[in-house]
This record gives sequence, C-alpha cells and structure tokens, in this order.
Amino acid sequence: MLSRLLPASASISDAVGKTPLVRLRSVEPADAQVEIWAKLELANPGGSVKDRPALQMILDAESSGRLRPGMSLIDSTSGNTGVALSLFGAARGYHVTLVMPQNVSEARKRIVNAYGAEVIYSDPLEQSDGAIRMVREIVRCEPTRYFYTDQYSNPSNPRAHYLTTAPEIFAELGHRLTHFVAGIGTSGTVIGAGRRFKEISPAIHVVGLEPDDAFHGLEGLKHLASSIVPAIYDPGVLDETLFIDTESGWVMAERLALEEGYLVGYSAGANVEGARRLAERLKAANQTGVIATVLCDHASRYIEARAP
Amino acid sequence: MSIHIRIPTPLRRFTAEQDRVSVEARNVREAIDALEAAHPGIKARLCDESGALRRFVNLYYKDEDIRFLQELETELDEGAELSIVPAIAGG
Repeated sequence: MLSRLLPASASISDAVGKTPLVRLRSVEPADAQVEIWAKLELANPGGSVKDRPALQMILDAESSGRLRPGMSLIDSTSGNTGVALSLFGAARGYHVTLVMPQNVSEARKRIVNAYGAEVIYSDPLEQSDGAIRMVREIVRCEPTRYFYTDQYSNPSNPRAHYLTTAPEIFAELGHRLTHFVAGIGTSGTVIGAGRRFKEISPAIHVVGLEPDDAFHGLEGLKHLASSIVPAIYDPGVLDETLFIDTESGWVMAERLALEEGYLVGYSAGANVEGARRLAERLKAANQTGVIATVLCDHASRYIEARAP
Repeated sequence: MSIHIRIPTPLRRFTAEQDRVSVEARNVREAIDALEAAHPGIKARLCDESGALRRFVNLYYKDEDIRFLQELETELDEGAELSIVPAIAGG
C-alpha cells in the first residue's frame, strides 16, 4: 500500500485520522459469518483516538473566534486528551494547562511535559469528576486567559467523529456494516460516529459500552450512573448499552497483544470485548454481521502501572 | 492498632458517604477484613473470590503501591493511612 502522501504545506494536524481499519479474526466466533473490524487509533500522531476531538475543538474555536492568539488551552483529562491538546498547542502556538487526577500514569505526565504543557493535579480519590470541578473553578477565576475546551460538553468532540471516524469506517465497509460499538468516556466517539451512522442507515446498530460498576479498572471509561454525565451524551443515538466488567476488558486487551500483535489499552480491550459479545449474540441467532469498533490507544502508557 | 482508610468516591456508597474510615488492623489484610465487617459488601469490590487483591485495585501506603511492599501482608503503623485509588475514568 502506498503511504499517505501529504502536501508540502502539511502540518501535524493533517496527519490526524485516516487510520488503518484492521480485521480482528482471532476474536471472531468460529463457524460464523460475523466480522470484527477496528480503527487503529494508536496510529494518530498523538498515539490515541483523542487527536480527533482535540484538533476539532481547536479548529472550531479558532474559526468562531472563541480561541485567539495568546490564550491558553485548558481542560481536565485522564491523559489522552491532554496529550493531544499538548501537541496541537505546541504546533499552533498555544500554552496548554491540564488538570489530571494525581494517579495518572507517569508516562503520560512525562509525555505532556515534553510538549511543554503545564499540569495541575487533582485529588486521585475523586477521579475525573474531581478534575472537572477543579478546572471549572480555575476557568471561573480567569475567564479571559483560558479557552476551556471542555471535552465533556463541547459539540466539536462528537463532531470530530461525525466528520471523520464514521465516514472513514463507512468508506471501507460500506453498507455491509451492521454494528458500531464504542466505550463511553466523554461519549464523543460513540455519539458522534453513531449519529453519522444513523443518518447513513438507521439499521446500523449503535452500541455504547460502560464499566459494570462505579469502582472499575477500565481506565478512560465512565460509569455514567455514578458520574457527572457529559453534556454531549445523547442516549437517543444509542440502540443499547453493554456493561463490561474490568477483568473481561483486561483479558481481551492481553489477548489482542498475544493473538493479534496489538498492544492496546484497557478501553480498547473493553471495546473489542463488547464487539465479541455482539458477535457471539449474532452467531447464536444464526445471523451474519459486520461489527466495527475502535482501538483507542497503545498500552505503553499503562504498562508501567500494571502489577509487577 | 487504629489505622485510617481513605475511601474513593465510587466506594462511598458502602461507607455512608464517609471519605475516611478508621479500623483496628496490623496489616493490610486485617484492614480490609475490618473494613468489610464495618461496611459489608466492600471487600468483594477490592478482592476476588480467593481473597487476592483484584488486579485493577491499587492500595497505597505511605505513597507506595502495596504491590511493591508486602502486598496484603504489609504491616501498618499506628495511625497509618491506607488509600484505595481507583482507575482514572473518562476522556
């Protein structure tokens, strides 16, 4: 395959998206006509799916005049959005401030520091909601200094997936696509891509994934019943929500490394576990299907945190 | 001896919303059992059926993950603080 040749005027922003769509044959049920495909989002320049919403939030704010030269970008993040904002901030000349729970992995702290971002830590016991409350307070005190990207409420977040992720998947799978499944962190991926898929064909089954308990280890995913529900979350887009236990998500992440060579994070493991359950359900009903999901990021950012 | 356990938001439904609970314990294992005795149901969130700490659960003592200490046998000092730290959720 030819590499993507970008024009000489291209910047790192032009390298976002158009990630490979890979088939995960080892996860597909045996003796069934069900395919599982995944967008390899770790191929983005920031190493995760979050490059898409981070860039869209910046571009939309620039074009509407809400983000102007000299302002600082700020958001609360569990890491990947922070990495993405940091790299686009560096490339486009904005200072970046990130509020992260203190237990965010060492690797991610070092990565955002390498891009020149400033990190403010919130109480790890209050999880991402503690970081959200802290960033809101910081912005309230200095509203003119910061552009608060507010990934949980910013329509540009799902719009990124509406404009790019869903059309990219559809361009390759076409009307063979029967299911799209993705975990809910901000909900941007499943809501934005799901909205586009529903416009293409209401028959495409759109499935959200959540951890099955408030206390879980699927880093990046949110148990909505016990959390601040993101403003961009639109349950009307979803046909159903699957609830995944931590252990199943972790086991699938490990399996993807051992059987497919994709060393991915836990949210990607949960996504593929959700896809596998949908595939098994189709097989049990003697149905065929083509399921798409997302491999959100690489495991290198978590691996040091795993038990020795 | 008396030690303190810091409870993260998603487990506070077991502790009547208390963010800090004091129990009598000499090591982490006893601390978890004492926590369960006072707040039934919480241990199953932390430990699997065999009693081992679930893989995704992180317990910190003096800012160190107990997996790098003596795990459940890690001895605790009088007045010590043990923190249950959840995974990072959301974006």
